[in-house]
Amino acid sequence: MTDLTRLSLAAARDGLRAKKFTAVELTRAHLAAMEKARALNAYLVETPDLALAAAASSDARLAKGEGGPLEGLPLGIKDLYCTKGVATTAASRILENFVPHYESTVSSQLWRDGAVMLGKLNLDEFAMGSSNETSAYGPVVSPWRRNGSDAKIVPGGSSGGSAAAVAAHLCLGATATDTGGSIRQPAAFTGTVGIKPTYGRCSRWGIVAFASSLDQAGPIARDVRDAAIMLRSMAGYDAKDSTSVDLPTPDYETAVGASIKGKRIGIPKEYRLDGMSAEIDALWMRGVAWLKDAGAEIVEISLPHTRHALPAYYIVAPAEASSNLARYDGVRYGLRKPGRDIQDMYEQTRAAGFGPEVRRRIMIGAYVLSAGYYDAYYVRAQKIRTLIKRDFETTFNAGVDAILTPATPSPAFAIGEKGAADPVEMYLNDVFTVTVNMAGLPGIVVPGGLSAEGLPLGLQLIGRPFEEETLFSLAAALEQAAPRMEPPQAWWA
Amino acid sequence: MSVDQGTVHRIAHLARIAVDDNEVEHLQREINAILSFVEALGAIDVEGVEPMTSVLPMLLRMRPDEVTDGFIAEDVVANAPEREDHFFVVPKVVE
Amino acid sequence: MTAHAKPSKLIKGATGDWEIVVGMEIHAQVTSKSKLFSSASTEFGGAPNSHVSLVDAAMPGMLPVINEECVRQAVRTGLGLKAQINLRSIFDRKNYFYPDLPQGYQISQYKNPIVGEGEVIVDVSPTEQIKVGIERLHLEQDAGKSLHDQSPDQSFVDLNRSGVALMEIVSKPDIRSAEEARAYVTKLRTILRYLGTCDGNMEQGSLRADVNVSVRRPGEPLGTRCEIKNVNSIRFIGQAVEVEARRQIGILEDGGAIDQETRLFDPARGETRAMRSKEEAHDYRYFPDPDLLPLEFDQAFVDALAVALPELPDAKKARFMREYGLPSYDAGVLVADRDTADFYEDCVRAGGKARDAKVVANWVTGDFAALANAAGVGVAQTHVPAVRIASLVDLLAENVISGKIAKDVLALMFSEERDADPRDIVERRGLKQVTDTGAIERAVDAIVAANPDKVEQAKAKPTMLGWFVGQVMKATGGKANPQSVNDMLKSKLGI
Repeated sequence: MTDLTRLSLAAARDGLRAKKFTAVELTRAHLAAMEKARALNAYLVETPDLALAAAASSDARLAKGEGGPLEGLPLGIKDLYCTKGVATTAASRILENFVPHYESTVSSQLWRDGAVMLGKLNLDEFAMGSSNETSAYGPVVSPWRRNGSDAKIVPGGSSGGSAAAVAAHLCLGATATDTGGSIRQPAAFTGTVGIKPTYGRCSRWGIVAFASSLDQAGPIARDVRDAAIMLRSMAGYDAKDSTSVDLPTPDYETAVGASIKGKRIGIPKEYRLDGMSAEIDALWMRGVAWLKDAGAEIVEISLPHTRHALPAYYIVAPAEASSNLARYDGVRYGLRKPGRDIQDMYEQTRAAGFGPEVRRRIMIGAYVLSAGYYDAYYVRAQKIRTLIKRDFETTFNAGVDAILTPATPSPAFAIGEKGAADPVEMYLNDVFTVTVNMAGLPGIVVPGGLSAEGLPLGLQLIGRPFEEETLFSLAAALEQAAPRMEPPQAWWA
Repeated sequence: MSVDQGTVHRIAHLARIAVDDNEVEHLQREINAILSFVEALGAIDVEGVEPMTSVLPMLLRMRPDEVTDGFIAEDVVANAPEREDHFFVVPKVVE
Repeated sequence: MTAHAKPSKLIKGATGDWEIVVGMEIHAQVTSKSKLFSSASTEFGGAPNSHVSLVDAAMPGMLPVINEECVRQAVRTGLGLKAQINLRSIFDRKNYFYPDLPQGYQISQYKNPIVGEGEVIVDVSPTEQIKVGIERLHLEQDAGKSLHDQSPDQSFVDLNRSGVALMEIVSKPDIRSAEEARAYVTKLRTILRYLGTCDGNMEQGSLRADVNVSVRRPGEPLGTRCEIKNVNSIRFIGQAVEVEARRQIGILEDGGAIDQETRLFDPARGETRAMRSKEEAHDYRYFPDPDLLPLEFDQAFVDALAVALPELPDAKKARFMREYGLPSYDAGVLVADRDTADFYEDCVRAGGKARDAKVVANWVTGDFAALANAAGVGVAQTHVPAVRIASLVDLLAENVISGKIAKDVLALMFSEERDADPRDIVERRGLKQVTDTGAIERAVDAIVAANPDKVEQAKAKPTMLGWFVGQVMKATGGKANPQSVNDMLKSKLGI
């Protein structure tokens, strides 16, 4: 039998329906690959028993000609999603040993549709990071390496475990979340496809919150079609999330391969940063050419407030995080460190439970909300957010269907290479992705080729609110045109 | 704006995070690096701009007043570091 | 405030007069089945953490969804306080750490509350009415409970109250005495109960007051205030204002200054004391809750609630005075409790018969209220339906029984005759008033004949008539019509 982990999610789905193999076989193949790939540290928890039991049930349904759209397909779940009966840590010490008695809405929809959980995927602690180095349980190692080097490369973050697992064929697809680029940047770094849907498209219920107004769930998959299939199951209205939007979920897969003739694609001049590498610029221009060749119309646009998005993000996101993470106080769940009194207990618990990046962001957040600074920082940042959103509205109102940009300002870097001296160096990774969260828009990243060093580079498409279908069509066109990328050699196995 | 060491202590306490004296200096440096990064926002003209309170153009939905939840005390305290019966237990709180 | 101090309200210090200035923040639990942002029960009591959902326990990833009834209740209350209803309001997070605050923040409304300015008319005494301005009303979550008496070095946390909806009703500093403070809370509670938006039960904590007290020399600017937290009875509110004002005056007259601080009232000692756990300079870091959108509704939503509002105490009182000719005081007593007012009206209107509304009011607020009170319930909560009180009043009006007998019948209705109508009681027990002049005359003659000495005395001293009336009534078992007895005795005795 061919290696079942080489299949795309769509191919595996079709193979199961055609009874070419069973869900148990498919699951076993992935469990075996996971076992060999522990050096990547992509999974925090493997759940082989649960996976095989679920796969057996799927086989029973498939045998009867039943089963949902994801029946028998093994997936990895970012460990920010609460999973009933399975430890959920957010990659933090403070949630070590926390076992939720509930299942996040998005993951429950995957199980409803027949998917099989392989385990929980590593991430930056509380999704705060761009390299997966802030995880309390060690960094994730990318399956990619630079040409002729065995230096360990980061998979990006915060959904580094999801991206690495998908790129290394340790699952057919994975759930992820994106607050400032946490789906799209790791997808770009690992040569995978990641989509952050419009804010409100996926329920946030049961996903550990980082920054509520920016967080959004989405999939990372190996191609555009797989991402479309996963998003259809993940998306949908949830009465338990007040920010979830009551709109029907389209069958995104039908948008894959649809013509993009006549689509107007905006190229924002503000994304051409000073000192941007020639490699990234060339990638971007290739993307423009591919879309043009496929029949799209290219227009130059202006998004004048772009450069303010990242600083404003680093006010809004930490502010919300400082409040969202106040619940980790050692009283009801998670870590508790003894203290002289209750206040000391809080301080010792939170100092021991949170890693340095999380502590830093909580403190920044507390500072920008504190008396005397609130207006100067937080209110101003929210006003700038209004301006950023207005930029996009103006562009879309002028008839632009989507915007093409590079996904990241550079390819992936080595573990330990960035951010040690200055946290801001790491933050700059999100410069192209963060505007999308600030405006609540959908954004997708697809591979565009390899860097000179042999690492993947990604292109980003930004769409109108709730028009993910347009993004899937455009992304499929890019995928079609881009040179085929050989998957990374399995050096870890 | 930049923070001094006293402010670092103050915000650490506000956030209930114990900070060792030897951590303060580099925390101060990192926080000031971030603050100087966001400094440029001060120069932008935001006169008359409404601060964003929701990125979505929709109304807050309301739910009907029905009791459909609760009665899961065992689940509620299942992960508690310390519990007694179905109470959470914490070090003595002084009012 | 520019109004001149009322001399009667001033209190005398050692160095001259002082004026008390009080403003109040009332936390009123919204009457609803489920919590403000979760579907767990609001029922009082319950086993520890039983009325708690994962949202109330602030489990990771849990999100709030607002209860529409709580929104309606807040709007109804705003309308009842003649207040501005804000069609757009915003929920903010108030951030602080406390074991009974699971989220690490309270969802409240800070800059944009659901209800703005309004007013309450307060009867301080039968002759004095004041107007207390309402600054705002907002919705917020209640906290859980920490029990400190279960263990010497630990506190136990129960989150049953956590997330229950509260309305914080903030008054303007328009209150000038302990008496006014009590009257304000009493009136506010009456309004809330009429509206059905809060049960006003202070023992169970459904209504709690934070009382802001300051003192000043008449005409001077406001003094530094102290906030007395969580006072839980109307009597204590009055006491707290009184003792706190005295404390402040003492300090000021000794040349000291008032520290702005939060204090607790200790009813056992009759004093206020500073809270021990004063959080060093509160910094709540309010910001709009990103898990919620702004709360918006249209005027039609408000109008629909306005149309369905019950008649409120002020309007009802005016109507009772107008329609039933009641004096202000009686009307005020009746409308102080909605059920009592309804019971009264049921009595007046029972059977569609015309009856003297003033007489009904006297019975309802007098003897009947006393019996109900002795039974430990309100007028409307006894076993006696309104129609029986109406029947008793009718018997009196028809001269079937005397006032004395009526009182006896009413007492029987609370003892041996709990299930009977007064008309049946009177009939069965033969309590009908004797108006037959023959029978009365026989009784009068017998008494006159038996007491010749008294007859002589009465001729000289007509006030002796009372003694004869008493004897005749005794002889007739109280059933003789007193007027007939009187008339007949006068003619027989020649006085």
